[in-house]
Amino acid sequence: MHWWMQRLTAAVLVPIVVWLAFSVAMLGSASHEAVVRWLQSPVVMTLLMLLVVTTFYHTKLGMQVIIEDYVRGWLKAVSLILLNLICVLLTVVGIAALLKIVL
Amino acid sequence: MAQFNLPANSIVKPGKNYPAIVDSHTIKRVIVYRYDPDSDENPRADTYEVDLDTCGPMVLDALIKIKNEMDSTLTFRRSCREGICGSCSMNINGLNTLACIKAIKDIKGDLKIYPLPHMPVVKDLVVDLSRFYKQYASVKPWMKTETQPPSGRERLQSKNDREKLEGLEECILCACCSTSCPSYWWNSDRYLGPAVLLQAYRWIADSRDEATTDRLEQLEDSFKLYRCHTIMNCTNTCPKGLNPAKAIAEIKKLIATG
Repeated sequence: MHWWMQRLTAAVLVPIVVWLAFSVAMLGSASHEAVVRWLQSPVVMTLLMLLVVTTFYHTKLGMQVIIEDYVRGWLKAVSLILLNLICVLLTVVGIAALLKIVL
Repeated sequence: MAQFNLPANSIVKPGKNYPAIVDSHTIKRVIVYRYDPDSDENPRADTYEVDLDTCGPMVLDALIKIKNEMDSTLTFRRSCREGICGSCSMNINGLNTLACIKAIKDIKGDLKIYPLPHMPVVKDLVVDLSRFYKQYASVKPWMKTETQPPSGRERLQSKNDREKLEGLEECILCACCSTSCPSYWWNSDRYLGPAVLLQAYRWIADSRDEATTDRLEQLEDSFKLYRCHTIMNCTNTCPKGLNPAKAIAEIKKLIATG
C-alpha cells in the first residue's frame, strides 16, 4: 500500500509540476489581478489543490521511509508523529490559502 | 538515531606481519582481518606474504596455504572449493564473493580479505548467520500443496514452467547479497534481505506450489519486503551472477497487481 501510493503520487506529481512550471513561466509578466483571475479558474484551482495534497502526502511517505531506516528508539516515534503533524499542517495551510483566493 | 559512532573494539588496528618463507618474486601480500570477540583486543589486519608459485589459483587456496604453512590460528569456513556450498563467502577487496571461485590474479595489488560486512563476527572470517537462516526458514522454503499428487508419479512441470526457476534455484545461500545490502545492515531484524526474498520468489514462481497467495500475503509488509530500496548491491555482488533485485521487483509487481 505504502509502496504503491508512493509510486502513484510520484506519477501524479510529474505532469502537475511540469504544468505548473510552464504556467508560472507564462504568467511571468502578468499583473496581480490577472494571476488571481487565472487562479480562480476551476481547472487551475483543482489542479493546485491536487498538487498540494499529493506533494505533502508524497513527502510524508518518503520521509517516513527515511526515518524508519535511520532513526532508532523513542526518537523514531517522535519523528514520525512530528512528520505527520507537519505534513497535515502544511496541507491544511496550502488548501486554506487556495480557498482564500477563490472565496 | 542510527549509531554513527563506533562500538567498542571495532577499529581495525594494523596486525602482525608474516614474511614469505621462501625468497620468490611472485609474492602476494594478503591482508586478513583477525578478530576474537572473546579477547578484549581490537580486531587487527595481519599481513601474510604468500608465494604464488606454490599456491593454488584461488583466494581460498591462499587462505588454506596460510593456515597450513604460516598461521594455523586463522579461522575461516570452507567446504566444496567449487562455488556450490556457499561456505567461504567473505569480503575480498571490497566485494562480497566466494573465496573459492575468486582468482587471485584478478586482484591488482594487495589482497584484502574481510568477513561479510555488518554481521556479528564469531572469529576472524567466520560470521554468525543464525538470523539469516531463521529468516530463510520463515519463508517456508519447500513446496506447499493442497491437492494430492497424481497417483503413482511425481508432480510434473512443463519445460516452460521450469524455465521460470532459472536464475532462482541456483542460489546457494552464501549471504553475499544480503550482507552487501545497506537496507539489510540497518534493518536486518525486520527486513528479510535479498537472498531470502529471492528464495521466497523461487517458490512463488514454482508452478507446482499451491501456496502462492499465502506466500505473497506473508511478504506484504512494509519491513519484510518493502525495505528494498532498489540499491542493487545484491545483484552487483552475487558470485553466482543471479539477480535478487529482479526477484524482489517481481514480488512487488505480483502484490501490486494482486
